Amino acid sequence: MKSKILAASGVIAVAAAALTGCSAGEAEASCTNEITKPDATQVSVWAWYPAFEEVVDLFNENHDDVQICWTNAGQGNDEYTKFSTAVESGSGAPDVIMLESEVLSSFSIRDALVDLAEYGADDVAGDYTEGAWKDVSSGDAVYAIPVDGGPMGMLYRKDILDQYGIAVPTTWDEFAAAAQALKDAGAPGVLADFPTNGRAYNQALFAQAGSVPFVYDNADPTSIGIDVNDDGSKSVLAYWDQLVKDGLVATDDAFTADYNTKLVDGSYAIYVAAAWGPGYLGGLSDADADAEWKAAPVPQWDPANPVQINWGGSTFAVTSQAEDKEAAAVVAKEVFGTEEAWKIGIEKAALFPLWKPILESDYFRDLEYPFFGGQQINKDVFLPAAAGYTGFTFSPFQNYAYDQLTEELYAMVQGEKGSDQALDDLQASLEQYATEQGFTLQ
Amino acid sequence: MTTHSTLAAPAAAVVPARPARRRAPRGGSKLEQRRQRWGWLFVSPFLLVFALFLIFPLFYAFGMSLFTSTLATGTKFTGIDNYLKAFSDPLFLEGLLRVAAFAVVMIPAQLIVAMAAALVLDTLVTRLASLSRLLIFAPYAIPVVIGALMWSFLYSPRFGPGATLFDLIGQPTPDFLASDTVFASLVNIVTWQWSGYYMVVIYAALRSIDPAIYEAARIDGANGWQTATRIKVPMISSSVVMVITFALIGTLQFFTEPVVLRNIAQGAIDAAYTPNMYAYSLAFSYSQFNYASAIAFSLGMLVFAGSFVFLFLTRKQSGLK
Repeated sequence: MKSKILAASGVIAVAAAALTGCSAGEAEASCTNEITKPDATQVSVWAWYPAFEEVVDLFNENHDDVQICWTNAGQGNDEYTKFSTAVESGSGAPDVIMLESEVLSSFSIRDALVDLAEYGADDVAGDYTEGAWKDVSSGDAVYAIPVDGGPMGMLYRKDILDQYGIAVPTTWDEFAAAAQALKDAGAPGVLADFPTNGRAYNQALFAQAGSVPFVYDNADPTSIGIDVNDDGSKSVLAYWDQLVKDGLVATDDAFTADYNTKLVDGSYAIYVAAAWGPGYLGGLSDADADAEWKAAPVPQWDPANPVQINWGGSTFAVTSQAEDKEAAAVVAKEVFGTEEAWKIGIEKAALFPLWKPILESDYFRDLEYPFFGGQQINKDVFLPAAAGYTGFTFSPFQNYAYDQLTEELYAMVQGEKGSDQALDDLQASLEQYATEQGFTLQ
Repeated sequence: MTTHSTLAAPAAAVVPARPARRRAPRGGSKLEQRRQRWGWLFVSPFLLVFALFLIFPLFYAFGMSLFTSTLATGTKFTGIDNYLKAFSDPLFLEGLLRVAAFAVVMIPAQLIVAMAAALVLDTLVTRLASLSRLLIFAPYAIPVVIGALMWSFLYSPRFGPGATLFDLIGQPTPDFLASDTVFASLVNIVTWQWSGYYMVVIYAALRSIDPAIYEAARIDGANGWQTATRIKVPMISSSVVMVITFALIGTLQFFTEPVVLRNIAQGAIDAAYTPNMYAYSLAFSYSQFNYASAIAFSLGMLVFAGSFVFLFLTRKQSGLK
């Protein structure tokens, strides 16, 4: 009762207390890992990589003057929410934070990240591909050090496609034909899923047809170009809309318990995935015991001019609340800067490295994956996909843009609007939002 | 008829008040003053916490809501602009309409279930009655987030019992999380969780009615139904008013259940589904802390005004007049 009365009078209090940023705090005090050299400078790190503790221990073992104090503050948005609150309140952020490259400009525009160009970022620029470096830099400024990438491929159930006599699609036309063939054969599942909450996944599909949704440069932070209803995006979305209408693909939300089960129980024969997808699949339970997974390149619109796409990928940034920015920059640059660390990252966390010494190594190219029956998926699929990646520009309000995209796509698959209309509405709402936020539209 | 107000219904809240009243001072104002001083001293820990965690954040949020901060141009003082924007913001207004619709459906649903259960349990005196009381109350003991998570699995087309049940009657399984069914699914969760709690409040009020009244009614020839509708319900009207007030406030602040279900139904439940969710997304997903404060404050004022008007209109029933 008492709590109820408090709740009654405190609608704002709850929100307000949260708004004032009570989460400020003792980032240094609680490390998940054990610090063996207590006299060295401690750098607090937020990251959610699997098997990251081993990487941290390795770093701490090899460094005498800097020690990492690691916390898992949640995955993706959960972490960003905490970081965003800490930025607003002015305290409570870690020294180094794992961020996906798509949110870098959302935080750099709030002066939350340190320009690493002043802390020797250029020394390591040569260790990364041009596309990867473009994602973390803006003009001369460097806001993060790349870690892993998400070049896309197509993971498929060989057993299911063989059973229904369907060839592995190499173009999107073949993909649609395969979906029809699977349905006609009376298969219990569908060929693939089109998740309306796919966010970066859907964006990547559009990008394959030449979509450049945002033009944005941190050097001119108040000006933005928005073009989400271009012809390429419209043709891609019309394609998926038709597949949805014909009942050839599912429209389940991604990253739910249902979706995870369907991924591995044969409900979808194909999982169009990023390079971290195999790791994701491997971590799911209730897998079909007879499943036979293989990887192939992502289908193309025009096989004569293949376009490679990327979904996700993460970086380490130094926050402007870091006390010892020099030490923090060392951590950002070096934590995934050794072959040993990367062997943990590749074998235990299924990360796709952007660090060239390992990316271009024979070890990585020839690595055989038991999950894929010993297929060398890097050589076959992901390395060529990564080689074609030239970088991508995201908006400084990417979370909002994704939420709007999800809403429009949902309205589309519900039959409330056509695919063109959905993208036109998205364009209008993003333009309005950008104007409200004080940007000039290019 | 006992006339003490049941607005603070649970016995725990009423009992300590009584001895204090009995010992109320009759004489010297000096003694009274000393008592007052001691009273303030005893209340001060509460006041301190109250000021620190309620009054101060309220003013802080209000202060924040008077500024506008945009991503591109920084922060500036804009007075009540955020409030003007809020009350012309279709997302906020749609959210308000939605919670109003929830209030219209959910409050009667909870009240009817709670009232029926309480009236039945009040007339039963078997051991089964106390067990039923416990079972009906049990959902309230489950944390809201856990309850909503549990229901999200029950609603799941894959893990839930829906498919099995509808197979039995040969019907296709409905999607409990589609845009047109998620409303009912949410009503169901809230009713399940809170009816038991309201039942206990109403039941407690029913137990405080003097049994002699029932006897008198029986002598006058009233049957069970008449006793329930003509005597019991009117006599517990103050508790009912309180239950409705709580339910109203809870509904206007609707947040946790839709947030949890949003994890599995992002299309059907958007980021601005209820005003509270809108404030939350604005602040923590889109970093618009100032506008979020204005939304939260506007909602707070509406909740306050709504509860005040309701309590005013029902002052007779609740014994507040």
